[in-house]
Amino acid sequence: MIGSQLFSDSMHLPTLPLAGFWFGDSATATAENVDKVFGIITWICIAFFVLVVGMMIVFIVKYRARPGHVEQPSPSHNNALEIIWSVIPILLVALIFFLGFNGFMDMRTPPADSYDIQVIASKWNFTFQYPNGASSPVLHVPPDRPVRLVQQSADVIHSLFIPAFRIKQDCVPGRYTYQWFTAHTPGEYDLFCAEYCGLDHSNMNSYVKVHESEAAFQEALAELSKPPVWGPDWGEKLWREKGCKTCHSNDGSAIVGGGPTWKDLWDKEETMADGSKVTVDHDYILESIRKPQAKIVGGYQGVNMTAYPESLVKPAEVDAIIAYIQYLSDAYDGPTKEEAEAAAAAAEEGGEATDGGGSEAAADDQPAADEASESSESTDEEPAAPEAGEEE
Amino acid sequence: MIATPAQIEQGTSHDEKNYLNVSSGFASWAFTLDHKRIGIMYLVGIAVSLLLGGIFALLVRLHLWYPAGGMFDAKTYNEIFTLHGAIMVFLFIIPSVPASLGNFFLPIMLGAKDVAFPRMNLASFYLWVIGAIFFVSAMLISGLDTGWTFYTPYSVETSTAPVVCATMGVFILGFSSIFTGLNFVVTVNTMRPPGMTWFRMPLFLWSLYATGIIQLLATPVLGITVLLLGLEATLHIGIFDPKYNGDPVLFQHFFWFYSHPAVYIMILPAMGVVSELLPVYCRKHIFGYKFIALSSVAIALLGFLVWGHHMFVSSQSALTAVIFSGLTFSVAIPSGIKVFNWLATMYKGNLYLTTGMCYVLSFLFLFTIGGLTGLHLGSLATDVALHDTYFVVAHFHYVMMGGSLIAFIAALFHWWPKMFGKMYNETWGRISALLVFVGFNLTFFPQFLLGSLGMPRRYASYEGREGFPVSETMLQQFTALHRVSTTGAMILGVGLFIAAGTLIAALYYGRRAPRNPWGGATLEWTCQSPPIHHNFHETPTVGDPYIYANLEWDPDLEGYKPLPPASPTPAHEQEPVG
Repeated sequence: MIGSQLFSDSMHLPTLPLAGFWFGDSATATAENVDKVFGIITWICIAFFVLVVGMMIVFIVKYRARPGHVEQPSPSHNNALEIIWSVIPILLVALIFFLGFNGFMDMRTPPADSYDIQVIASKWNFTFQYPNGASSPVLHVPPDRPVRLVQQSADVIHSLFIPAFRIKQDCVPGRYTYQWFTAHTPGEYDLFCAEYCGLDHSNMNSYVKVHESEAAFQEALAELSKPPVWGPDWGEKLWREKGCKTCHSNDGSAIVGGGPTWKDLWDKEETMADGSKVTVDHDYILESIRKPQAKIVGGYQGVNMTAYPESLVKPAEVDAIIAYIQYLSDAYDGPTKEEAEAAAAAAEEGGEATDGGGSEAAADDQPAADEASESSESTDEEPAAPEAGEEE
Repeated sequence: MIATPAQIEQGTSHDEKNYLNVSSGFASWAFTLDHKRIGIMYLVGIAVSLLLGGIFALLVRLHLWYPAGGMFDAKTYNEIFTLHGAIMVFLFIIPSVPASLGNFFLPIMLGAKDVAFPRMNLASFYLWVIGAIFFVSAMLISGLDTGWTFYTPYSVETSTAPVVCATMGVFILGFSSIFTGLNFVVTVNTMRPPGMTWFRMPLFLWSLYATGIIQLLATPVLGITVLLLGLEATLHIGIFDPKYNGDPVLFQHFFWFYSHPAVYIMILPAMGVVSELLPVYCRKHIFGYKFIALSSVAIALLGFLVWGHHMFVSSQSALTAVIFSGLTFSVAIPSGIKVFNWLATMYKGNLYLTTGMCYVLSFLFLFTIGGLTGLHLGSLATDVALHDTYFVVAHFHYVMMGGSLIAFIAALFHWWPKMFGKMYNETWGRISALLVFVGFNLTFFPQFLLGSLGMPRRYASYEGREGFPVSETMLQQFTALHRVSTTGAMILGVGLFIAAGTLIAALYYGRRAPRNPWGGATLEWTCQSPPIHHNFHETPTVGDPYIYANLEWDPDLEGYKPLPPASPTPAHEQEPVG
């Protein structure tokens, strides 16, 4: 803090030449401070570069070998010079260290009242979970409010990087890591995985949506906590958002380095790597989500699917995925989309009669839409059209 | 350097058998104990590695022309960048200058007949060959795609067998490196002839000595790390993999405890080369000899204390990060001292822009950029933003390639006449230097911008995935900068091929090299070109290796010869005069 104040208030550094060339959007105070430190360092670098290369060029021109020119005697050591060009750089790097240290401590010290969002990184997807139980593959954040990301990884090391915020922190399996920011400019900003994590590392991107207002953010959260009411729609949404899509196609095509397609998978008799036969049913799909290495279809031994525990895929979501796989195999026999929507609408009417609609409906409690009879018991249900396209 | 009358006489005779034609046949090379022949064999192996690694680099650059990736699927791309990094680091840069040129010139410049342990030297070469074959074939056959860093748990989880094979290769290569380092340290300590005091050693030897110390102390840690990795992958004992209650960040500590000092294994010999070439081509005594010599040792020691700067966002504690950041800046000082001393050496000199000198000047330009951008990465706040982006890629290519590779080429041009007794075509050499310089900057400078704009490393494509496209502005910036970079890489590639062609053509068409074409005052220039099997007929007389006043150009020899011994003043007491 001291450093940033010192330099923002008392020093007026000229902006970096071609500042737009070096940096993209900056949407947080942290980003502005990082850019300022970057600018100071770059100016020091430019000064030294001009000094070194300038002298080099002058010497080349002045002392180049040519007829009539010979080397001039001059001393080959000078302690005063050595001390000067040791001490000045020491002072400058001490300054740079101090600036970097200050900025870093700010970046690593979230305010006590931060709003926590859970981040679960897995191959090759980030899942963001909000306090109300909603989750999404896009990071929704309120404006002007400190947000702390509580990060974990379900498989290998990933790193959550938001260039416009100038922040980055690895997601490490077996421990929690944190980073925080206060976004002051609403908008959408790119978000990347920065730690190499295998096949689809370069497709492990998403974006941050900084909402216009707290109210807009809350509205988006409320929307997010309502999955599509029709099982196959919900399953399709999960397939796109939970990372299933990277390895399992829904049209019968094979994906290099991925797993079996979901098209016509239901009821199929698969031959396992050990020669045994398994019919794809509810239990097999559940097991393949929770413990992917338990039974591996022949030919896919080299593929290491991430295990998805309940924290990542809730029981009702497994039901939805099963419904989607059934749907893709023309074996879906649950209620039709119209029936499901009608049932949800009815549930909503009932719900509004009894309860104003708290937003605490954890997705766990939310019944899968193909179990429409149960759905009517839920008091918190609100109607929703399938929102498959929402994130796009 | 004062040459004895005997040496001057030998200057006129070219007919003596040299190390190349003293014996012939496969066995005379395969079982040779001559450090020069081992150096040449290393040079061939290293050149092949450079070619392979370079081809993979060009493929990477071509692929990134299109945002979606133009040539390969993601899996192949991941394998290719892994091959590029691993081959360049383990097979090319680490052994480049020390194992080839160091082996060839360390004993000669010291005034010795060979290294301390010639058999260990040969063993080192064969270990390198076995390790290299093991390593490359493991990677090619199994499609290793972990990157050269083998970060756990990805490396143990995704591809067990190839990782074990490849790390065994690294393990073997590590022993080769240890043998070379041990040999250099012992040779310098025990085999200096009378008069060759520590502070009369050429600076190239100081840098090799410092490198040897790092190789001896750091490489065993790499061996331990890959053994643990192998044990974990095969026996599932929990060390690095959280699945077995291991800690993946521990692997990074182990890995960088070796790999950061290894950065100085790569750059110190290059700095030694520059300290050697610059005074010769400037006709000036090196400025600040002791500071350059001791700064090599300082870099070697400080280099052991900074590994944590690779891990600022890895989840190590903030305190650890702060300590490592502070220590990291300390390395900047001795590196800066070297650069300023080199500049001071040029002052009032008489600069000959030979090919070797052109590459040295290139080095000064590129290494300055590489070193200075290290400040952005050592500073904590900015590193958080820049870590694992193309800024880092640009930074270490400026240091490793702009530093080590450029110095390696400079050294090849400088010593080629001595090694093979042939002069190369100076015009083509200079053209190559210009193309390499322009191509290099075009390739890597845009990558600084890519990184500060937010382009992460190791991306096979940069348009985003379906439903989550990368924003339009970023995509346009990324595409434009990647295309400039790819164009530069092609120019760089052409430049390097011309450099290689110039050197190879010299072997066939070059005119015969004199003893001392550049007027160097270190001991190798008193030997015949190429040197005889035992280097020297008699133990050479040693003086200050940077005094050029006792040499004069002889148009008949097309090289320098010592002034008649009538010239008085003992060399070591003499200040350099015009």
